Amino acid sequence: MAEGQFRDGIVAGRLPSADYEQNFADLHPPLDRHEALVEADRCYFCYDAPCMQACPTQIDIPLFIRQIATGNPLGSAKTIFDQNILGGMCARVCPTETLCEEACVREAAEGKPVQIGRLQRYATDVAMEQGRQFYQRAAPTGKKIAIVGAGPAGLACAHGLAVHGHDVTIYEARPKPGGLNEYGIAAYKTPGGFAQAEVDYVTAIGGIDIEYGKALGRDIHLAELIANFDAVFLGMGLAGVNALRAEGEDAEGVENAVEFIATLRQASDLSSLPVGRRVVVIGGGMTAVDAAVQSKLLGAEEVTICYRRGPEHMNASEYEQDLAAANGVAIRHWLQPKRVVSEGGKVVAIELEYTALDGDRLKGTGEILRLPADQVFKAIGQSFEPSVLNGSGPSIALENGRIRIDAEGRTSLDKVWAGGDCVVDAREDLTVSAVAAGRDAAQSIHRSLTSNGRA
Amino acid sequence: MADIRNDFVGIKSPNPFWLASAPPTDKAYNVERAFKAGWGGVVWKTLGEEGPPIVNVNGPRYGAIWGADRRLLGLNNIELITDRDLQTNLREIKQIKRDWPDRAVVVSIMVPCEEAAWKAILPVVEETGADGIELNFGCPHGMSERGMGSAVGQVPEYIEMVARWCKQNTRMPVIVKLTPNITDIRYPARAAKKGGADAVSLINTVSSITSVDLDSFSPEPSIDGKGSHGGYCGPAVKPIALNMVAEIARDPETAGLPISGIGGVTTWRDAAEFMALGAGNVQVCTAAMTYGFKIVQEMIEGLKNWMDEKGHARLDDIVGRATPNVTDWQYLNLNYVTKARINQDLCIKCGRCHIACEDTSHQAITSTVNGVRHFEVIEAECVGCNLCVNVCPVEDCIDMVALAAGTLDQRTGRKVEPTYANWTTHPNNPMAPKVAAE
Ligand SMILES: Cc1cc2nc3c(=O)[nH]c(=O)nc-3n(C[C@H](O)[C@H](O)[C@H](O)COP(=O)(O)OP(=O)(O)OC[C@H]3O[C@@H](n4cnc5c(N)ncnc54)[C@H](O)[C@@H]3O)c2cc1C
Ligand SMILES: Cc1cc2nc3c(=O)[nH]c(=O)nc-3n(C[C@H](O)[C@H](O)[C@H](O)COP(=O)(O)O)c2cc1C
Ligand code: SF4
Repeated sequence: MAEGQFRDGIVAGRLPSADYEQNFADLHPPLDRHEALVEADRCYFCYDAPCMQACPTQIDIPLFIRQIATGNPLGSAKTIFDQNILGGMCARVCPTETLCEEACVREAAEGKPVQIGRLQRYATDVAMEQGRQFYQRAAPTGKKIAIVGAGPAGLACAHGLAVHGHDVTIYEARPKPGGLNEYGIAAYKTPGGFAQAEVDYVTAIGGIDIEYGKALGRDIHLAELIANFDAVFLGMGLAGVNALRAEGEDAEGVENAVEFIATLRQASDLSSLPVGRRVVVIGGGMTAVDAAVQSKLLGAEEVTICYRRGPEHMNASEYEQDLAAANGVAIRHWLQPKRVVSEGGKVVAIELEYTALDGDRLKGTGEILRLPADQVFKAIGQSFEPSVLNGSGPSIALENGRIRIDAEGRTSLDKVWAGGDCVVDAREDLTVSAVAAGRDAAQSIHRSLTSNGRA
Repeated sequence: MADIRNDFVGIKSPNPFWLASAPPTDKAYNVERAFKAGWGGVVWKTLGEEGPPIVNVNGPRYGAIWGADRRLLGLNNIELITDRDLQTNLREIKQIKRDWPDRAVVVSIMVPCEEAAWKAILPVVEETGADGIELNFGCPHGMSERGMGSAVGQVPEYIEMVARWCKQNTRMPVIVKLTPNITDIRYPARAAKKGGADAVSLINTVSSITSVDLDSFSPEPSIDGKGSHGGYCGPAVKPIALNMVAEIARDPETAGLPISGIGGVTTWRDAAEFMALGAGNVQVCTAAMTYGFKIVQEMIEGLKNWMDEKGHARLDDIVGRATPNVTDWQYLNLNYVTKARINQDLCIKCGRCHIACEDTSHQAITSTVNGVRHFEVIEAECVGCNLCVNVCPVEDCIDMVALAAGTLDQRTGRKVEPTYANWTTHPNNPMAPKVAAE
């Protein structure tokens, strides 16, 4: 019987056990002190710096880099945390190539931006390794705020409120905090239990109580929260997954990419994690790339991403696409899933139809491609699960299937704010955007509870 | 191919690159390696008088200033003159000169300021067959506390006196090495000339403290928690040295006095600049101590390439070519009007020119135009100061463009005059002749 990578079906232990550690090691290893100084020296300390404008949390990037350059990494970390309390995670997971580093003038000058993300990691690592806290809680105000979801949005909101002396209770459905930082982000972007360490660092300020295993709509209800707290912040992300709308998609071996990644992130022994020999991932975003690359790293022989439009339409950045290619993932374009082929209830292949643009409309050409597959991942986007809000009292206005908010993060319900992936706003669905939303909502809540910021 | 053979006060060498008197020239072993690498000459590490050898500190003797990638920008030392026995040095000098007859071997000397001391050492040096001597009047630390080195170099009368003793007591050419730790370099140079010296060499090191350890509060380099000022050299001192060379070259009292240029020479380009300002050759220390002797290959080839490209056949064609262009401020043409111009195709929009001009100068560069990030010179405000050019990270992105005669200077509202006019005749100058000559 074929061994390792060449075994058919969805099986564990495809690789020699030593390979797993190597495959899932830090994608961008940390800079050492000297490397950080050299990299920091590349920053031009721009006037009204474009990178700062491009950062969704508006970190004063030239200032924090200058603080690294002058041997003041703690001051640098504070500059970062002042704007983004999850600056450590953002340094690891931000698609900097489409944010700060894309705007870096060195990108324009020579195609080699200052490595802002890695410098940000350098400074925040120094502070976190020393357990250095920069903020103190104000005197208790007696105000209580409920937050739903301990993801980046909820945590940023909680920290902002705690600083002002309010008492925060976070209700989290899962057994661990961090949201997608803990369950979703690719393993090689945040190894070493960083997500949990960061939550500990953020909540060390005090006044933040997290209740695990408490799901809104199941264990708690919005009306109760509104009644029992002075304000509520909803940051529960996206729980639903879009369907493939392909015939036979309930066959064994057709899986949700986000769930696969969550399992992977929680696995204590990656060699025990089963993966297919031939994996097909349907989608074109970061989730598709992460699922594909991690399948490959687990030992799948052949991994193909199929996306229904061209490379320029993919949500995954060029950098992410290159990362997939570099890991041996094939990306095929202009293909939409038609039918999952199964034998004995198990997937054996997927049939896809070629597509083309007819004006602005995408349509099938009728030509069919059949790819052998023993595992198919759906990564065609997550959706908001509005049912958790309902069934108790007045309902919140939605827009395009997500929660509608105003510029300050207020929902249509009095006393209820929301932010992060679960809302519809101008922000992209990114960790850093969720942090910005939570942070800004905290200030709005604080203003409303204290008549313009005064207790 | 350009001919770069050098004749400095009759001392011949295959190229104008000498190693300055310092650790690289302290023993036969090093000098042998230097000559194998291609150096044209050496000035042997300074010899002292017969007697118990000099004692150096046993802790760090160097401190440094670095750029971000540890590029050494400035070096500081508290080393004294040679700490090896005089006879050993003399024996090695003799052997080297015998084995390398085509290279320049000059011996640096520092003995107490008494004629007897000089009379004693000169014949024994002469006996080695060395090509010349260099009088170390420059060392700013240690030896100066004992009345030697820069303690002599700071008193023109002493320089003149010692130079004269040497000229009277040896057939060898005498080069006086000057200290930069004075207010006006022309005085010691004039004194050397008056004393009959054949040439001056400069600069020796600049008195300095490189840094302070903020934990121990000790100056660096730290010897058991204490530091002493040392001598600064390397790329950081080059501008200071260039000016001093130029001052001597253009001083009517010392015009024509041969100069050996020293201070921060690291590349062929540095050497060419020293020579253009009037140096007959150059001496190098820090660059060799940083990179090893091999750098001379780049210096030789680089200098030749440049000379070939520009059609300069011999060193004489370049020595002193820039000297006439060094003048006093009062003679600079005040009718020369420049404006900064930013090449928008090269601009990377970092905004440094804007903030430098806005915060610290003349508010002459925009940051936005019609709501878009855009950096452009406002000619009506630009005084042509060059600050934006200096802070711009992109080479050649900002030019200083001279306005042609007859064009309107939007800042002053006056047309640019076609004629040369300087401060000496400027109407605002109280010393200027009251009626302009028509
Ligand atoms: C696979 C994948 C990879 C990604 N990679 C990146 C990346 O590399 N870089 C990047 O910037 N972004 C990435 N993202 C996007 C990013 O993770 C999200 O934008 C971000 O996590 C959103 O934060 P949030 O706080 O709004 O939601 P989440 O992180 O989803 O957190 C929501 C929290 O609410 C909890 N919750 C949900 N429902 C309930 C309920 N009913 N009651 C109580 N609690 C509930 C959840 O358990 C979770 O803890 C990725 C997303 C995915 C899916
Ligand atoms: C460690 C060290 C020791 C030196 N010792 C002497 C010396 O003994 N005699 C002397 O004339 N100059 C001495 N110098 C000065 C050099 O000869 C030279 O003038 C100076 O370093 C400037 O040149 P640079 O910038 O190329 O180093 C010394 C310099 C250094 C760095
Ligand atoms: S938070 Fe993200 S976008 Fe902002 S500076 Fe840091 S790495 Fe760049």
